[in-house]
Amino acid sequence: MNITQARIIIDSVARRVIAHADELTELDQAIGDGDHGLNMRRGFEAVLADLDTLAAGDVGALFNGVGRTLVMKVGGASGPLYGTLFMQLGKSWPAELNAQTLHATCRAAVDAVAARGKSQQGQKTMLDVLVPMCDELATGADCAALRARCAACAQATVPMLATRGRASFLKERSIGHLDPGARSSQLMIEAVCDCLENAG
Amino acid sequence: MSNVGIVIVSHSPDVAKGAADMVRQMVGQGIPLAWTGGNPGGGLGTSVEGILGAIDAAWSDAGVAILVDMGGAETNSEMAIEMLEPARQGKVVICNAPVVEGAVMAATEAWSGSDLATVKRTAEELNHDLD
Repeated sequence: MNITQARIIIDSVARRVIAHADELTELDQAIGDGDHGLNMRRGFEAVLADLDTLAAGDVGALFNGVGRTLVMKVGGASGPLYGTLFMQLGKSWPAELNAQTLHATCRAAVDAVAARGKSQQGQKTMLDVLVPMCDELATGADCAALRARCAACAQATVPMLATRGRASFLKERSIGHLDPGARSSQLMIEAVCDCLENAG
Repeated sequence: MSNVGIVIVSHSPDVAKGAADMVRQMVGQGIPLAWTGGNPGGGLGTSVEGILGAIDAAWSDAGVAILVDMGGAETNSEMAIEMLEPARQGKVVICNAPVVEGAVMAATEAWSGSDLATVKRTAEELNHDLD
């Protein structure tokens, strides 16, 4: 992947999140503090505004810069979490991209998110989409498989009991709602898949 | 100043400022103190940039103890600490304590000249009182 392709992917991810900001906020109003969409929109609008500068270097520098922007601009817990994801992608972005190095890089980034959030898969969070994404990449999955798995995993957060994050305050009342972080992760992965498929 | 500094981080600027007002009235001017609240858009939330600014404002060579209210305030504070220059990172800690009471207790301990670990421990003793 060159910097032009990476820039297109970031642009697409940002626009996808911004387009779904109201939906994310509605999901968060049900089980969180109702600011996920607003916060993510603010963060990704800052990314779009700075994209020329952020994309002035290599792919690693772009992802790292996106992460730093999200950390500084988002404002909720999702800022440091998604910020960590992109910063770690940037730090460990491989010189030679293939199925193995992509998997290792994504796994390291998702592990960093888990460490930052002191969380793990199964707690009704973004990790319930991000960890399965890594599992799919480990098998060399194509975009169609990745998209299907991440959609199913986001939906699978609906019956889950939240044990981490704001939703955990609700205990069993968190059951029956789609997790906003799982949904935003799914949206980003879909945006990346769209870019890759359009590029053929 | 040689006393440990105190930083108060809340989702609400009103809560953060109010807690800081209580510290100033109860403990006085003998410690570096700063507060921050609200997200980068001006709504409820916390801001890494704001937290970094507050750490700077309350900086002491003896270190800085941060009191946070919940969730993102803690995560953003951890992120802010990691973004400090390496020499400063080890001198900033987050106290696992209620934000208002913890700030007053930590500030009282800091004012007596205690080191950072003692300030943190004193604030966190509140948790045992609550059990």
